[in-house]
Amino acid sequence: MPDKLMGMEDAIATHVHDGDTVAIEGFTSCICFAAAHEIMRQRRRDLTLCRMTPDLIYDQMIAAGCARRMVFSYLGNPGVGSLYCVRRAVEDGIPRPIELEEYSHFGMVGRYTAGAYRLPFFPLRSYKGSDLPRVNARISYVKSPYGDEDIAVVPPLNPDVAIVHASRADRQGNTQLWGLLGVQKEVAFAAERVVVVVEEIVDEDVIRSDPNRTVIPDLVVDAVVHEPYGAHPSYVQGYYDRDNAFYLRWYEISKDPASTEAWLDEWVYGVRNRSEYVEKMGVEMVQQLRPGDAWAEAVNYGAYDG
Amino acid sequence: MSQDYTPSEMMIVTAARALKGVRTVFVGVGLPNSACNLARRTVAPDLELIYESGIYGARPARLPLSIGDPTLISGARSICSMVDLFGLYLQGGRVEVAFLGGAQIDRFGNLNTTVIGDWEHPEVRLPGSGGACEIATNAQRIFVIMRLKRRAFVEKLHFRTSPGHLDESGDRRRLGLPGAGPQLIVTDKCVFRFDEEMREMTLESLYPGVSLSEVEENVGWDLRVAPDLQQAHSPARGELRLLREDLDPQGLYR
Repeated sequence: MPDKLMGMEDAIATHVHDGDTVAIEGFTSCICFAAAHEIMRQRRRDLTLCRMTPDLIYDQMIAAGCARRMVFSYLGNPGVGSLYCVRRAVEDGIPRPIELEEYSHFGMVGRYTAGAYRLPFFPLRSYKGSDLPRVNARISYVKSPYGDEDIAVVPPLNPDVAIVHASRADRQGNTQLWGLLGVQKEVAFAAERVVVVVEEIVDEDVIRSDPNRTVIPDLVVDAVVHEPYGAHPSYVQGYYDRDNAFYLRWYEISKDPASTEAWLDEWVYGVRNRSEYVEKMGVEMVQQLRPGDAWAEAVNYGAYDG
Repeated sequence: MSQDYTPSEMMIVTAARALKGVRTVFVGVGLPNSACNLARRTVAPDLELIYESGIYGARPARLPLSIGDPTLISGARSICSMVDLFGLYLQGGRVEVAFLGGAQIDRFGNLNTTVIGDWEHPEVRLPGSGGACEIATNAQRIFVIMRLKRRAFVEKLHFRTSPGHLDESGDRRRLGLPGAGPQLIVTDKCVFRFDEEMREMTLESLYPGVSLSEVEENVGWDLRVAPDLQQAHSPARGELRLLREDLDPQGLYR
């Protein structure tokens, strides 16, 4: 089996190109800021960024001028307020205008699912009585062949590249995830190229000891990157907590273009990689984000070799 | 008469009481989260908390800042993918009550969480739907929690993100929307319900110390008032104690 382990710099240089449609998913947890920051350092431009919740990660990428277009369903700093960099781009074209393609959450989930299944559309009960179809012509309706009903449909979404953060993987790319699953599996199966980023690299035996937990198989994975704390300030269940204080702080930092620039200079362009970022965070901060233990009961798969 | 509770506490307690006997609730962060946790400790002991992030049966050990907080996962009954959450739980009809809010609401309970101004050239770009559009479509009943302000309770929405009772025809069924739509609106001054016939927001009760004119001034249309307008009950000592000592000891949502 091929060893797909590589560094983040190589993975981004190899798999993310100017003009690509990129999905860095992860719902609240497993948001791969490490990959986003590397994309910013490599000055990628004209990307179409897809994400249900653009969150701070795309706020930062948009402030850095990486994006031309964004496909999304919830444009906020969750539980805090506005994403000011996105708002500046949308309302005032700073640093450059951005096109928006807007759905609801289930619409985005359906788009990835149709993409992964290679289906022409995904039907869902939503959008009727909403103005969303008025501002997004790609949301449409089809008549059921089995009755009179009209049902809303959304088109498949097949990103050029998906970057998926997860708990652990082996070097071939068999990837395990616990905690929130989001759309990590669907986006991985939908994308042309997949970069998996994990907190831990484990032996194939560890993966094979608990196959129910493998969400993404090596079959769809092109690169595996080992990047501890790569999802900070989001979190990875059991590894580190969400840095809620940073989400609140970003609200203040991002209000002003100058303080946003200063932050990017210090924390993105001012470090060479995620290791330096983590070092800069400091031991105390890393300790502070470490959760207590809550182990699952082990399960017995049984040995059937007799 | 001075009150020993805040408007937020009154909102939380009023919403919690409305969950009496409910089994499954779709929760948001902030006031709805506190209301659901209070209900589980008081009027709805069998209440299961469902979050759009893919969580069924959460038992949070701290106040979550977001709907994907890790405290909602540890100790939950089940975690599932989002296609399962939206497809099996929500669209599958398993959600009895869901909480929604917004920047604007109209008299039919339609909600705007998308833009102030025009979508193409917004004055203020708001977060958008998230799951709200399909929640408003599929949950059996919708409860809205919003502060009463004239700029929020408007004659005409700038954008209809999520369907309530739509318009005068009030015909969700004709459009094939499975849920019954908005049933209750809890504000910081009063409670509205929806008239069965007209599907229009109707003032049901005023909080202690709030006058009818205070409510009317903050609504952008000619408000319907229930003929038997009630006064809402203040929070009980026990409810306030649970909220302050157990559910929100730091007073984040006070």
